[in-house]
Amino acid sequence: MSTADLTARVRGSLVLARKWHPAEFVVWVMAAAAFVLFPRQLLLLNEIAILALFALSLDLILGYAGIVSLGHAAFLGMGAYTAGLIALHVTADPLVGLVIGMAASGLLGLVTSPLVLKGNDLTRLMVTLGIGLLMLELANSLGWLTGGADGLQGIAMGKILGLFEFDLFGKTAYAYSLTVLFLLFVLARRIVHSPFGLSLRAVRDNPLRAASSGVPIPWRLAAVYTLSAAYAGAAGALLAQTTQFVSLDVLDFHRSADVMLVLIIGGAGWLYGGIVGAAVFKLLQDWIAWFTPQYWQFWIGLFLVAFVLGGREILHGGIRALVARVSGRRGGGS
Amino acid sequence: MTLLTILIDGIAYGMVLFVLASGLSVTLGLMNFVNLAHGAFAMVGGYVTVLLMQRLGVPFLATLPAAFLVAAAAGLVLERTLYRPMYAKSHLDQVMFSIGLVFMAVAAMKYAVGSQQQIISLPSFLLGRFDVFGVSVGRYRLFVIVLCGLLALALHWGFVKTRFGSRLRAAVDDARVARGLGIPVTALFAVTFAVGSGLAGLGGALGVELLGLDPTFPLKFMIYFLIVVTVGGTTTITGPFFAAMLLGVADVGGKYFIPQAGAFIIYGVMVALLILRPEGLFARSRS
Repeated sequence: MSTADLTARVRGSLVLARKWHPAEFVVWVMAAAAFVLFPRQLLLLNEIAILALFALSLDLILGYAGIVSLGHAAFLGMGAYTAGLIALHVTADPLVGLVIGMAASGLLGLVTSPLVLKGNDLTRLMVTLGIGLLMLELANSLGWLTGGADGLQGIAMGKILGLFEFDLFGKTAYAYSLTVLFLLFVLARRIVHSPFGLSLRAVRDNPLRAASSGVPIPWRLAAVYTLSAAYAGAAGALLAQTTQFVSLDVLDFHRSADVMLVLIIGGAGWLYGGIVGAAVFKLLQDWIAWFTPQYWQFWIGLFLVAFVLGGREILHGGIRALVARVSGRRGGGS
Repeated sequence: MTLLTILIDGIAYGMVLFVLASGLSVTLGLMNFVNLAHGAFAMVGGYVTVLLMQRLGVPFLATLPAAFLVAAAAGLVLERTLYRPMYAKSHLDQVMFSIGLVFMAVAAMKYAVGSQQQIISLPSFLLGRFDVFGVSVGRYRLFVIVLCGLLALALHWGFVKTRFGSRLRAAVDDARVARGLGIPVTALFAVTFAVGSGLAGLGGALGVELLGLDPTFPLKFMIYFLIVVTVGGTTTITGPFFAAMLLGVADVGGKYFIPQAGAFIIYGVMVALLILRPEGLFARSRS
């Protein structure tokens, strides 16, 4: 086979993989329909959308590049504080805050990316954990800027595009978050199915082989880490803008642990994993908190232990089989 | 407060950290199992001491063996039931699993004893300070230094000089070959895990006075144990020991001289060290 043939075939398979499956439309139509179907649950839906975006950001590095991060809250917090501060001191326009929040987190990701390229899994785990905790300490000690333990209060948001005003019931908030999630999802989907995305998967599966076929591993990992940080920053900015409040909680360790949990529940390396996981996690949390408000963490922990010990293969195997059946020969996984 | 007093306080703090983390240096450092729930065993030990003293009036020193035994028993049971299937799984699975355990332990402790800080009253012979060549030394800190120092020596001896130690090292290096040589690897790991958990429990009991104790303990100090092990390296017991001393002195010194920096220094030092020496400060390079 000639090189031209091969190139054409590869391009063809990339285009095929990029094509939208009917089931994917159903997911988004359902997400939009929830707007009308559950008008009382819009605040919860908004939280789900934001958490899904955060999980999507983790999926980019964990699911596609194999980087285990225990400090992803650093980027969520960076985005949230940046958006909050912009709203307080510069402009109340949400989109400006969103873009600058993303940029700030992306920058933080770019600056810290050399740190995660070194060493093994364990070193990476510790370094990301360290970065997360450093950010928490930093936000805590820069009380004049961040409000310390009290957080940023009195954030007043302007109308989105000068048209849509934030309301008490989360109507605008959910529409806003869902739109941002959708747009960034489409972008991520495009990226992971590009040659760049494929090279990431090659690095994840076998770094040695990827390196010898000419993939510049450090550059690729730094790029995806920065991208993932920017995504997390967007989630943080949405959180700050729709709740109109930022506190040290956005940088807390439990944020990093929760988002990992969400992604594991939904399945990593499968862009919809974060969305499924976020919905399951939030609904579970909401339900548990309803009958035992103080100790919901216990049940989440129990669920997690049982899930990792036995259920993970069963659940994901089931989902995968279902996806395979629905999508027929063309093969599921997007 | 003189420099020497800070140094001694720091060493005492570091000693407790070492005893707390020594079990983790075996599971994480040697067996390569990321056990973020290690602090939960320490918390169990701490609460055994607190509850025995508060509810039953048991003297402090008598609660220490109890703290060790209860935590060791908990470790043994959990190793047999939950941990063993996790050894072969990925780091990610291990992280999720042990975070789940931590969440459960924190919530269960909150439910059982409430979320307030626990205070114990030490026996009078451990209270107060005395002068050694003009340096004021806290009695309790001296007690901790002596006790933990002896424990560290015993651990080093047990690890390097005994048959148990050499079998363990063999099992860790290559479990399959060790099994082939007739070494009871499974039982060895179980005993090691139990001893490690017991030491964590003892550390938790000794640490109530120095570190404080409330249900968030496993999360609050998780990073400290991890630092001790990852910075100390994984090939010896002495690495984590010196890392713990360093950490203790740096933390106490930092809190005294630059209190506004908080834990910033510790995390910064850890990240810097890990970048410079990804395999640990005192580790020989291992591929």
